[in-house]
Amino acid sequence: MENENIRKELVVSAIENGTVIDHIPSKSVFRVVKMLNLEETGTQITIGLNLNSSKYGKKGIIKVSDVFFEKQEINKIALIAPTATLIIIKNYKVIEKRHVEIPDVIRKFVKCVNPNCITNQENVSTLFSVIDKEDLKLQCGFCEKITAKNNIVIL
Amino acid sequence: MKNRSLVSINDYTKEEYIKILDLAEEFEKQPTQKILEDYVVATLFFEPSTRTRLSFESAASRLGAKVIGFSDASNSSVSKGESLKDTILTVSNYSDIIVMRHPREGSARFASEVSPVPVINAGDGGNQHPTQCLLDLFSIRKTQGKLDGLNIAFVGDLKYGRTVHSNVMALCNFKTTFHLVSPVELKLPSYVKMHIKSNNLSYHQYTDLNDVIATADIIYMTRIQKERFSDPIEYEKVKNAYILTASMLEGCKENMRVLHPLPRVNEITEDVDSTPQAYYFQQAKNGVYVRQALLATILGVK
Repeated sequence: MENENIRKELVVSAIENGTVIDHIPSKSVFRVVKMLNLEETGTQITIGLNLNSSKYGKKGIIKVSDVFFEKQEINKIALIAPTATLIIIKNYKVIEKRHVEIPDVIRKFVKCVNPNCITNQENVSTLFSVIDKEDLKLQCGFCEKITAKNNIVIL
Repeated sequence: MKNRSLVSINDYTKEEYIKILDLAEEFEKQPTQKILEDYVVATLFFEPSTRTRLSFESAASRLGAKVIGFSDASNSSVSKGESLKDTILTVSNYSDIIVMRHPREGSARFASEVSPVPVINAGDGGNQHPTQCLLDLFSIRKTQGKLDGLNIAFVGDLKYGRTVHSNVMALCNFKTTFHLVSPVELKLPSYVKMHIKSNNLSYHQYTDLNDVIATADIIYMTRIQKERFSDPIEYEKVKNAYILTASMLEGCKENMRVLHPLPRVNEITEDVDSTPQAYYFQQAKNGVYVRQALLATILGVK
């Protein structure tokens, strides 16, 4: 019995239809769940953390059954999981695989760095234009100030 | 431009600025024209500003419009805790256009999004003040006869001075050479300098005001603003650094004019007022014509 062949791979069940978000930094997995409101979908979701990845060492993965995301909607996770890849599955087949891209416009998720901005004073949702995708720089659509990478606070 | 709010100087193209300047010139020739008799202009000043508010109110009145509003947030329901959104929605029921000054950056952009009537930004915190920028352009064009190919010196608080930022951005549409005079701590922010460069224009930086007197066509003086400093000690250190006196004007070009968005504290001494170079009070007067042009254009009457 000691020689039983122990399967060393993690078996994560395949999904029939839906979206797999792979190569998420493990520490960001739950922030992605929150950002995409995954607790509200009602569909089957599998979440894995600290899985071995040949590319990234450790990774997280989220498999969301029966949900397909709009590009602009899912690309916002690029702020916290820039290495993530998306795999779209239909009838157990991979029909599309792509990296997330930082979107051109970000709504609601990031706080403006300017404490005097109207978004920090009144009930106004934030809106940013991404003016530099390489060295993440977000320009506030209201106060016009720039929130840079190290100042990004996710709401 | 009809029914479009004016929040930032970047909302208008170069052609649109010129349209406003040309129309302002017409109003300068005939400021009293009852073309806005059927209109109500609301001036909502959540932050004090006698000059801008009176300038707008004069502009509106000379065109026959009725003016309503408040000059201080404490005189409005804001003091009862009403949100900006509610205030704007309410006032838009009583007026055809809203002119707004508010201490928070982005407030005018937000107001323009929630308001069913157009909004003119009369200053949102340290961010934009587009009508000042337009009246400055008008003054430059009037005194120099053109906007292209000028040597324009900006002096004083280039870091926090919103009028400087807007003017530089607007002047990048013309073949301007910029001369930037300020203490090291108050230099023009790099994003504005980058904008100059990206338009293939040049700028020169100085710490001594005397260095630009001979080359400048326009010297734009600014107040080093105490209210924009979080540290009063820092303010005390630089406040007297850049003062223009009449004797310094020796050797200047004949066409050179001194502009200032006002109010001045001590950065231009009173002996300058009687020199032919002093233009800052006429500059303020030009504000009425430019604001008339804006009201008339945005309300679709001209």
